[in-house]
Parts: sequence; C-alpha cells; structure tokens
Amino acid sequence: MKTYEAINDRIESGKAVVLTADEIMDYVDKKGLQAAAEEVDVVTTATFGPMCSSGCFLNFGHSKPRIRMSEAWVADVLVYTGLAAVDVYLGCTQLRHGDPANMYPPGEFRYGGGHVIEDLVAGKTLQLFALSYGTDCYPLKEIRTYFTIQDLNQAIMVNPRNCYQNYNVAVNRSDHTIYTYMGRLEPHQKNANYCSAGQLSPLLNDPYYETIGVGTRVWLAGAQGHVYAEGTQHAGGVGRTPEGMPMGGAGTLALTGDMKAMRKEFVRGVSFPGYGVSLALGIGIPIPILNEEVLRRTCVRDRDILAPVVDYGSEYPQNTGNVIGHVNYEQLRTGRIEVEGRTVEVGSLSSYYKALEVAHLLADEIRRGDFRVAAPISPLKKDTKMKPLVKRESPR
Amino acid sequence: MNKDTVTKKLMFYFPKCECDKPIIYHLVKDHHLIVNIFRAKVTPEEEGYLVLDVTGTEAAIQGGIDFVKTFNVTVNYSGKGVIRDEERCSHCGYCVPYCPPRALKIEDSVTRKIAYNESECIECLACIRICPYGACTSAF
Repeated sequence: MKTYEAINDRIESGKAVVLTADEIMDYVDKKGLQAAAEEVDVVTTATFGPMCSSGCFLNFGHSKPRIRMSEAWVADVLVYTGLAAVDVYLGCTQLRHGDPANMYPPGEFRYGGGHVIEDLVAGKTLQLFALSYGTDCYPLKEIRTYFTIQDLNQAIMVNPRNCYQNYNVAVNRSDHTIYTYMGRLEPHQKNANYCSAGQLSPLLNDPYYETIGVGTRVWLAGAQGHVYAEGTQHAGGVGRTPEGMPMGGAGTLALTGDMKAMRKEFVRGVSFPGYGVSLALGIGIPIPILNEEVLRRTCVRDRDILAPVVDYGSEYPQNTGNVIGHVNYEQLRTGRIEVEGRTVEVGSLSSYYKALEVAHLLADEIRRGDFRVAAPISPLKKDTKMKPLVKRESPR
Repeated sequence: MNKDTVTKKLMFYFPKCECDKPIIYHLVKDHHLIVNIFRAKVTPEEEGYLVLDVTGTEAAIQGGIDFVKTFNVTVNYSGKGVIRDEERCSHCGYCVPYCPPRALKIEDSVTRKIAYNESECIECLACIRICPYGACTSAF
C-alpha cells in the first residue's frame, strides 16, 4: 500500500520507478505482482487519436474602443460568442465559412476548428473577424485583426469528451462505399477500422476508475492539465468481461489544459472526406501504483480487451445498438480479423506509435520530478448508462 | 529480356514548350526500353509530369535519359510523384489497407511505425485522398 503523498515524495526526490503500460506486463511477470507493486511508483498510459469533443476558450483582450463580440470567426471558422465581451469558444469540428460540406459528396473538409487549434499551438498568425450590435459600453461594431496565441490572455483547451475507454470496430455491410468518422468503409465488409490505443489506453488500464477521477493531473498534448469532470456520454455501467474490461465505449474524460504549454506534434487538425473535420490529440495519464490490485489492472494486454464490431452501413446510423460480434486488439493489430466467416483487412485511426511516444515522454517527466500525480477529488461513476434522445410529439 | 536489364523509376517534368513531342515513343522505339507509365499529366500548352518505370540495360536507360535531356525536360531519378511528409504523418496506420502495393506498411510490430517504400509506390494516390493528416501530397 502506497499513498499519493509517498509517491509524490519519490517523484520529487527523483527516485520514482516509472514504467509505461506496454512495459509493465513483462516486468510484473518477471518480478511477481507483490514485489513489483512495492517497487513501481507509476505506470504511464497514453492515447493519440481524433477526439471530436475538443475545443478551447480564447480571451482576446479589449480593443480601443471596446467591442462586445456577437459573432466572430478565427481564420474564417465560426466561434461561439455567447459569453462575456471578448471570450469565445472554438470547437474542433466547426467548418470553415463557405466550406461546401457534403454538397458534392464526399466533401473534402480541408480546414476547420481542429486545424485552427493546431495553427494556434504552432504559433501561426491568424485572422480574427468579429461583429457586434454595439452598446454604450462596447461601441465598436466591427474588428478585423491578426494575432498569435502569445497575444491572447488565455487559450485554455476545454474538451468535454476525450479518452473513450474502448471503441467500436467499424465495418460496412451495405453495397456501397460509405464515408464516416471511422474512415472510408468499403461495401460488403471489405475493410474495418478501429480507434483505440488498447493496452496503452488510460481507462483500459484503470477500468473501474480507481485512480483516474475528477482532479487527476494529465499530460494534455504536452501541457499539464487535469480531468475537470466525467466526459460527456460517460457510461461506466456497460457490459464487461469477467476481468472488468468494458466491451464497448464506456467511460470518458472531460479534460482541460493550457494551450500555450502544448506541443504542436500532439495537436493535429484532421480531415475525414465525406464526414468533416476534427482534432487529434496526444494524451498521457499516470497511474499511481497504490496497491497490487491497481498494478494488476495495468497489466492488461491487447488480447484481453474486446471491441465490438459494428455495421456503420445501417446499424450505427439507425442507432439499433446491434453488434456483429467482438474481436480483441491483438487480432486487430495483425491487420486482419474474421467477421462473419470472412477475413477483413483492418486499419487504425488511433496511433499506437504516437501513444507510445506520449507514454515515454510522460514517464521521463515523472522520473525528472517535473510531473506529480494528483489524487482525484471525486470518482467517476461506475454504474451509469447512456440515454438516447427521444423524439416526442408534444411536451410532457 | 537478358539478365543485365534493370528497372528504374523516373519522373519527367515537361515545361510548357516540350509537351507536344513524342518522347516516350522514341524511348521505346530507338532506345529499346520497356516503359510502364504510372501516372501522367501532359497536356499541350501546359506544363506536364510523367512518372514511369523504364526497364532495359543500364546503357540503354542512360541513352534514353540522355535523349530525354536533349529536350528541355527535367529528369528526377527518385520518381517522387507522391510525397510523404514524415512530420505530418501520425503513424496511425489508417492508410495501410488502402495502399494496393503495400508501399505504406507497419515497419515494426512493437512501435507500429509506418514506413513508406517509395520504390513500391504505383502512384494510385489513394493515400492522398484518405490521409486525415494530409501527410501525403502529389507533386502534380
């Protein structure tokens, strides 16, 4: 048994023993669970992939004369201005003004909110254009100017949903090619795509949220951020394997961090033809090894984690909840899976390579004493289910 | 084909003025090269590009290249019609099943790093259309 304080003391003294989630299994096999639990202080987990519920609050400071922005665009991407005068929220899936979207399908979606966030973090100069109705205290009605992230008072990433605990494997049973957020899916289940870091993924290494909760310090694209709430659509109460691995989406995290401290290699705008734009993020979460049980759970391997295979040709869009079957991540990583008796080629939208890089960067920061673990101030719920949107004909 | 034959991937750049000349015809007819064109955009009155494999003896290929150079054509020996930006690539592996010749593949099963073998590329441009990160682009 170790406490957060004891682990932080070891981190501060530069003596912490830190392993990544892909190194820990062999280490525990070699040393034994009990000895390893005494020795290891932290296991680092990570993920890198598109996370559509991401965005940021920006504060521009006040112009002379002042403006209370009622509509605004950054690099021609609409931002939300229903806040105080010069605060805006920029969402990563917002399209650039004038983008034809899917008018001539599949649309290209070359630039949007995710790309603006990438450009901000990369230090590029961007245009702000804002309009206002004008007030006695905020008389200016229009402004066009150019800025970088350093000119802003705050650029705070606030992501309502990141780090899905597990995710679907997408196939297409229809007779035509479809374009989805899970990529291009060929007809008759010719290919499949998955999107999870599997054995490296944060919430798969802490399936019952014993150490990851509200208040946990996280590595958000290089910045030290934290979990500010349970993520939207958090549903800890999904079906699980006897070992506790969720067999579908399950838990999610709402994360925040200072964009000025982020690294551009881990903040990437992405375009999905026929679907839209998003933002890919690199996220690392340390798991403090408080006891043997916590350590045992970080030893999860790809073969122990099952992902549901879902038909995005019909079942997903119609929200039937039907699942074709389950495959494990070890099978997915071979590039081929069996679905309904036939071999299907598999690609990944989540980058294991980048996730591994994040896990090592975070481990190095902890070893250097630059990243302390934080105890959650409240736990994530383990029993909630996701509610659907019910279409009612009249108010109840 | 004798044992001395080799295959080289080349890219020709044609400035505006050279696009009306039957250069490939002469490579086949006079220099005895086997030509396999992957991709071409050669339109009269516009600049043009051609990415091809040429097969023949070293001497014949050199003769063909010397012939091509008598025109105002630039020969690029690495045949880079498709350019992959290593820095923009996130190594997710999404492209791998979509690449018919497997020029893009997972190099190392532990790190899952993506390798691009340029000589395998047939310039189908599938990667350019599907890469979410825009890591692959075309020279033309």
